[in-house]
Amino acid sequence: MDLDFQVIIDNFTYFMIGRYPNGPLGGLGLTMYLAVVSCILSFFGGLILGLLSLSRYPVIRYPVNLFINTIRGLPLLMVIFWMYFLLPALMGKTVPESQTVIMGLTVFTSAYMSQIVRAGIMGVPKGQTEAAISTGLKGWQTMLYIILPQGMRNMIPSFVNQFVSLIKDTSLAFIVGVSELTHVGTQVNNRTMSYPTEIFIFIAAVYFVLCFAFTSFSRWLEQRLAWRKSI
Amino acid sequence: MLKYHFDWSIITSGKYFEWLVSGLKVTLELSAVGIVGAFVLGLVIAVLKMSNFKPLRWLASVYLEFFRNTPLLIQIFFWYFGSYKVLPTAVNEWLNNTNFEFAAAAIALIIYTSAFIAEDIRSGILSIPKEQMEAARSAGFSFLRSMQYIILPQAVRITIPPLVNQFLNLAKNSSLAMTIGVMELTYQARQVESYSFKGFEAFTAATVVYLALSVSITFIMDLYNKRVLNPQRS
Amino acid sequence: MIQFQNVHKWFKTLHVLNDVNLHVKQGEVVVVCGPSGSGKSTLIRTINKLEPINEGRLTVDGMDLLSKKTDLNRLRAEVGFVFQQFNLYPHLSVLSNITLAPIKIRNTPKKEAEEQAMQLLERVGLAMKRDAYPTQLSGGQQQRVAIARALAMKPRIMLFDEPTSALDPEMIGEVLAVMQDLAKSGMTMVVVTHEMGFAREVADRVVFMDHGVILEEAQPEEFFRNPQHDRAKQFLKQLLSPMH
Repeated sequence: MDLDFQVIIDNFTYFMIGRYPNGPLGGLGLTMYLAVVSCILSFFGGLILGLLSLSRYPVIRYPVNLFINTIRGLPLLMVIFWMYFLLPALMGKTVPESQTVIMGLTVFTSAYMSQIVRAGIMGVPKGQTEAAISTGLKGWQTMLYIILPQGMRNMIPSFVNQFVSLIKDTSLAFIVGVSELTHVGTQVNNRTMSYPTEIFIFIAAVYFVLCFAFTSFSRWLEQRLAWRKSI
Repeated sequence: MLKYHFDWSIITSGKYFEWLVSGLKVTLELSAVGIVGAFVLGLVIAVLKMSNFKPLRWLASVYLEFFRNTPLLIQIFFWYFGSYKVLPTAVNEWLNNTNFEFAAAAIALIIYTSAFIAEDIRSGILSIPKEQMEAARSAGFSFLRSMQYIILPQAVRITIPPLVNQFLNLAKNSSLAMTIGVMELTYQARQVESYSFKGFEAFTAATVVYLALSVSITFIMDLYNKRVLNPQRS
Repeated sequence: MIQFQNVHKWFKTLHVLNDVNLHVKQGEVVVVCGPSGSGKSTLIRTINKLEPINEGRLTVDGMDLLSKKTDLNRLRAEVGFVFQQFNLYPHLSVLSNITLAPIKIRNTPKKEAEEQAMQLLERVGLAMKRDAYPTQLSGGQQQRVAIARALAMKPRIMLFDEPTSALDPEMIGEVLAVMQDLAKSGMTMVVVTHEMGFAREVADRVVFMDHGVILEEAQPEEFFRNPQHDRAKQFLKQLLSPMH
């Protein structure tokens, strides 16, 4: 076993930020950009879908649940391909690949986030709703001031876990040609030819450091929140 | 969009239909191999993680954390492009004589999923209150007998739903094998698209197949939850 | 003030309220008692429509609860409700627990709402706990805050659903004292409770329920001295025996 990591050192900035600042952002920088933007969008997407899926009106609840379960039944790759087809048709113009990927990741992750939101809301004891409406608060006020603030606390660790999944999932952007970390890795691999092992070990390590940091953070949060609940 | 001419016949018969069917076959094969392998390996890792011997526990933890926190796609690329430098010659030779794409995808899926499965098995066992073990031991059962009669039967019931969920994830994740040229369902759908320019039809077909898979398994799990986990007391 | 006329309610096939007729006048304190599962909690929960009724007529302060025109939020703002499990909002301070509804519903300015909340906290003897969080309070203190929270909407009726059942014995007295004080001030109250001492001293009327039916309605002395119904006799005997 003869590994030579010189190839990593030679291409280090390319792995980290692509051609930036002389060209577009790429590599790890673009990976983070895709993950953060998709995460913010999915947070709101998940919140809206989660609330709608608990609506008391079946006309809203059923189609929303159908949508959520359809997305959850598909591989992410399939969702990205659908975006690739549908977005230009719907928008009537070509859409940059990175936006296609962000939309795909957002739709996919929103469906999963909506389940976290649902569980968080349903985890708040029924007595809280009863107490709130007994003082005359309206349904949406009860949700906004009483249920969501309490549910959110239970949701936060799961949200962080979803973010970790998102970081990993951005690697699929490679398939539609977005030059994030995975794509940059295959590029360097194709160019240098003889160091695939070193390159993919390095890239795996980069993802690992990032994801593990957030996983640990989410565990820490979970313990801290559990502790605060018990006093 | 309005000008698009739908032609469903191309995916319900003929050459493209056969492509899609052969893709489905590969997806099912890859999933089956993956599920069996990931379950066995996951069980082993779970046992290691709960052993009394510290180095083994530590080793299992490293395994779990590393493979859970790295994208599956990178793991597929590693096994496909990069593993030859770190594997023994005999293994390399064996791999080269089999369907290497399929083998690399299967190995990656098995290892990736086993890390999740191990955690599910472990938390299933840990979720049984320790009083159950104490009660069994007080009744005179040995540790192994307590496990066999009291703890495991309860743990298995709790662990089945998350395990099945992992199996389903594995089946969906097997779509990533297309990136190294495994001709599974998503790969074939894309082939049909690029040969016939009938993307909507091809991807609809693949979508329906994936959904049929998920829906039927989810349906069975719902039944299981109702019948076994929360039977209605009457 | 509150009028039940031939009210029925079912949970699926279970007949939880069976032809209930009850009239609570303004300023009256009515104690509802009965064995568990007798429908007394359901009865009190129908008054602010936490549980809807299926049949009959129920009017509260002139509002018809079966009519679609009745503004449910207005009704609930006029009727205070105190729960067995307190149900304080754990993420809000004691003061915010009390001021939330007046600020959001009555549009009371924050400062004014806080002044009123402080007066209420004064009244239940917890002014020093204004910045504490519910989990830092004892059960008795939490229940007194819950009463203050209900009073903050200046309700015309107060409902208590077993307000002392979840409390340790040494804390029951402090909550009952607040309730007694409230009764003296002329509040219309319906109280589901097993505290027969409270019923004897404070109630104007005692209602005994079993299996969804009101079996007996009497003045407290009369009810305790000479219960008419066999099941009421049995219930009182069990309640007074040390082994219950």
